[in-house]
Parts: sequence; C-alpha cells; structure tokens
Amino acid sequence: MARSIAPAIVADGLAAAYGDQLIWRGASFTVNTGEFVAVLGPNGSGKSTLLRLLLGLLSPAAGRLEVLGTRPHRGNADIAYVPQRRNIDRDLPVRGRDFVHLGIDGSRWGIAVGNAASNNQRVDEAIRAVEAQAYADRPIGRLSGGEQQRLLLAQALAGRPRMLLLDEPLASLDLRNQIVIAELVAELARANRLTVLLIAHDINPLLPIVDRVLYVAHGGVAIGKPAEVITTEQLSRLYDAPIEVLHDSHGHMFVVGLEAESAHHDA
Amino acid sequence: MPELYLAAAPYFGWDLVRVVQELFRYAFMQHAFEAGTMVAISAGVIGYFVVLRGLSFAAHALSHIGFAGATGAVLTGTAPIVGLLVFTMSAGAVMGALGQRLRGRDVTIGLVMAWSLGLGLLFTRLYKGSANLAIGILFGQIFGITSQDVALTFVAGAVTVLLVLAVYRPLLFATLDEEVAEAKGVPVRALSIAFMVVLAVAVSEAVQVVGVLLIFALIVAPAAIAERFTTRPSRGVLLAALLAVLFTWAGLTVAYYLPYPAGFFITTIAFWSYIVARLAAPTLTLPRRRGTEILARDEQARHSP
Ligand SMILES: Nc1ncnc2c1ncn2[C@@H]1O[C@H](COP(=O)(O)OP(=O)(O)OP(=O)(O)O)[C@@H](O)[C@H]1O
Ligand SMILES: [Mg+2]
Repeated sequence: MARSIAPAIVADGLAAAYGDQLIWRGASFTVNTGEFVAVLGPNGSGKSTLLRLLLGLLSPAAGRLEVLGTRPHRGNADIAYVPQRRNIDRDLPVRGRDFVHLGIDGSRWGIAVGNAASNNQRVDEAIRAVEAQAYADRPIGRLSGGEQQRLLLAQALAGRPRMLLLDEPLASLDLRNQIVIAELVAELARANRLTVLLIAHDINPLLPIVDRVLYVAHGGVAIGKPAEVITTEQLSRLYDAPIEVLHDSHGHMFVVGLEAESAHHDA
Repeated sequence: MPELYLAAAPYFGWDLVRVVQELFRYAFMQHAFEAGTMVAISAGVIGYFVVLRGLSFAAHALSHIGFAGATGAVLTGTAPIVGLLVFTMSAGAVMGALGQRLRGRDVTIGLVMAWSLGLGLLFTRLYKGSANLAIGILFGQIFGITSQDVALTFVAGAVTVLLVLAVYRPLLFATLDEEVAEAKGVPVRALSIAFMVVLAVAVSEAVQVVGVLLIFALIVAPAAIAERFTTRPSRGVLLAALLAVLFTWAGLTVAYYLPYPAGFFITTIAFWSYIVARLAAPTLTLPRRRGTEILARDEQARHSP
C-alpha cells in the first residue's frame, strides 16, 4: 500500500447554518493534500459558507471538520484566502505591492522593523510568481479585474500557505484570462504542493486541471471526479430536478435544466 | 523697559532667528506652538487612517458630539476637556462597534451631529456664561493654553500616536482588506472600536487648537493631500503629520502678526493647500509607465527584423 499522507480536509456529517437558517448538511468528504478541487453550485447554495467554515469564521452547526490536521481556527497561517470579488476603491492610494506585503506581516502588531529587506524580497517573489511585475507599483484600484486578481493571488502566496481557498477568482474575467489564471493557480499549487479549493461557476476552464469537483447544491454536498459528478444522473439527484449534462466535441460540458432551479429549498 | 519694547511693532523680516525669537517671546505663543505641534502630529497620523477608512464625516461628527460634552461639563463645573473626552470616546466606541455599517449612514450621523450642537446650545444658555465659552469650544482657543494644558496635550498626543503605531500593520490590513484580515486572525472589530476611541482623543485635543467646527483642517485635509502624493502608506502617514504641523505653524505665525484668529488662518492654509494639491496632482500620482512601455515595445518591434 502507498504511504498514506494525512488528508488536508476531513468533513464528517458536517452542516452549515446561519442562526437557525440551515444552508446545507450531511457533508462527508475528504480532500487529499495537494489536491485541486473545484467547488461548484448555484448562487446562494453555500459555497462561500464552506470556505468560512474552513477558515474558522463560522462554526459547524453539526458534524466534524478538520483542516490540515486541526480544527478550523481563525488566523491559521497555513491557509490563504482570496474572498469573493471585492470592489476596490478606484482612488485607493495604495500600490498593489503594499497589498501583497500585507500577506506576509499584515497581522503582526506594530510597525515593520528589521527584516524589511527579506520581506520585500518575498513580496517580489510572489509578484514575479503571478507575473504582475509590470503593474505591481501602480495603485491597485486602477488595475483591471484580472490584474487585481493576480495581485490578490500574490498576496495569498506571499504568506507561504499550505492551502489556498479561492472564492470565484475567475469571475469577471474574459474566457482567455479565466484559463490563464486557472492554469497559473494550478502551476503554483503544483510547485508549492498546495491544496486548492477554488469556487467557480463554469467548470470548463478548469476541466484540464482539477482533480475533483465538490458540488454544493440543494442543501447537500457531493464530491467526485468531474466525469463522475457532472453527469445527468448525479446532478438530477443532487438538485432533485431533471437535469441534463451535454458534451461537445471539445470535451466541454454544459449543464442544462438548472434555469428554473432555485438555490433555496425546504430544509 | 518692557513697555517701550512692547510698544515697538513685533519684528518681521528676513532675519529668521529674530522672527523665531519674536514668535517665542511670550509664554502664550510658546504654549500655542508646543501644544499645536503635538496636536498636529497626532491629527495627521490618525487622519491618514480616517481618510483611508472613509471616516471623515464620522470624525467631524465626533467633534460636534464633543461640543455637547464640553459645554455640559462646564455646566456641571468640570473642565471642558473632561466632557469632551467622555462624550467623544463613548460616541467613538459606539461608532467603532458599528464598524462597516457606519459607511453610508450620512443621515444618521448628521442627525446625531445636529442634535449634539443643539444640546451644546442649550447647555451654553443654561450656564448663563458669556458666549465666549461656546465660541472658544467651537473655534478653538489656541492662544489661551496654559502650561498644564500643554502637558496634558503632550501626554494625550504621545499616547494616541504610540497606539496607532502599535496597531499599524493590522489596522492597515483591516482597513484595506477586512475579510482577509479577519480570516488571518486580525481582531477587526476590536481594532475598529480601538481606532475610533483613539480618534476621539485626537479630536478632543484638536478641538483646543482649531475648535469643534474646524476640525477638518487638521485631521482630514493633511491626510487627503498626502494621499494624492504618495501611494505608500508609511509615507502617507508621515506626510500627513508633516503637513498638519506645517499648517499649524504657519497659521500660528500669521495669527501672531495679524489681528485675526489662528483658526481662520489654519483652515485657510489647509483649504488652499488642498486646492493646490488637487490642481498639481489631479489624479493619483501614478507612475504612468504603461503608455511609455507600449511605445517602447513598438519601437523595439520596428527595429528588430
Ligand atoms: N452572514 C450571513 N448571515 C445570514 N445568512 C447568510 C450569511 N451569509 C450568507 N448567508 C446566506 O447563506 C446562503 C449561502 O450563502 P453563500 O454566500 O455561501 O452562497 P454562495 O454559494 O457562495 O453563493 P454565490 O455563488 O452567490 O457566491 C445564502 O442564502 C445567503 O443568503
Ligand atoms: Mg459566494
């Protein structure tokens, strides 16, 4: 048998709720170290909520959750997080580089003294890793969505995490940039042996790189290889509605039948 | 013969040493410069974060709430500064606890502000003192500062600046990227409250110099100007403090020679500096490299086969 590596995430009978509003429950899954998992599901199904649980910003309503061998807790330096699209003020008088820098020592008290040079070097490394050198010194609010996304990714990397939680990093990018950023993330994850959970709405740009997909829908969570989960039968069961998965000649998948699906359901 | 000396017009000219000697001739001017400088440093440093966090209006409102506190204190026979501190710090704590929800609450903030001024008016009338009391709080009394006030101002100013420096990085993180900061373990809410309380102290101090109504000149204007000239937070903080000190010094100097109030000169200098800054740096100071980069690339492409 192969040497067993501790899994990165273990969920067992996990449920998420805000107050008494149940979002999903009965989630039991394991994410292996170094795995690239795409998280899919309709708006409001609780994808971001899953990340909040992993970050320790929300406690499980039921069940057990382990992240990198411990219970989730706020301030886990091993986990990097890029939240869902934020509108950065266009006039924010701060360079992209300063944003990246926060990823290294933003949560330390006081002002930076000493190791400024080595930290600046780490910032440079992270900026180079996402190929953002050309605009890292410009005010971040004036950059395009894709450029901002790269710098936010650099901020996440600068903290040298073991796990990357990305909430819709491909939103508002054109198709070419969706692929470019997705591949960039995959490459960086491979190079740094990162476990990645990436929330997205379209699986197609991710198909060549994901190991598995985690579907959050209809009050439940399912995980599997894309070919196993994104099937007519699985999705129909998950959504409890007739859903059809179509394939085109390029291997792209199209999910049909979700148009009438509401994210909310009676728990 | 002091009478003769006093009768002579105060010296002003190219001999800067003599000008400085002239400015520091009287204790009231020394006190004004000492307290004014400390107040300006703390206002500038904190102001940078006030502008970055979008709290300019909240800071303005805090000072008005302080007016009710100061006049109320006088009514009950306590020192105005005590009332100022109690009122602004309590209001600051509430505002800090509201955190992000404070944004866009202009109407609520404005109403609290107006009511506070109204209360202050009532307290002033009940006190039956002269209107000078209210005028002093509203527009500042920089030339009426005692050496005791100076000592108090130094302590308060130093504490506020040191506190901001102590939370500098997490405060910046929480200001720029609240969600990530929270996930990274930064106590976002506690920082928000702490910042507003520190701001309350800075505002209370600044009221002595420019008064409740002119607080913008020292807290917001220098920071707003600084943010047009640098995209580096550390430089922004330093520049804001420097500008606040310059405005104060310049205002005090002019007010010494001319028979008009220091508050007028400080706000005038702040206002015109802001206008000039806007004209000089109409947008953010961007290294506008992109255009030149493209041109350089085109140039290269033309020369290479
Ligand atoms: N802080 C909160 N308090 C109460 N309910 C919340 C809170 N945050 C989210 N919800 C609710 O929980 C549900 C899941 O939200 P979540 O943000 O996880 O959805 P999502 O899958 O990320 O959706 P989207 O694709 O739109 O980002 C939604 O119905 C939302 O209204
Ligand atoms: Mg979401």
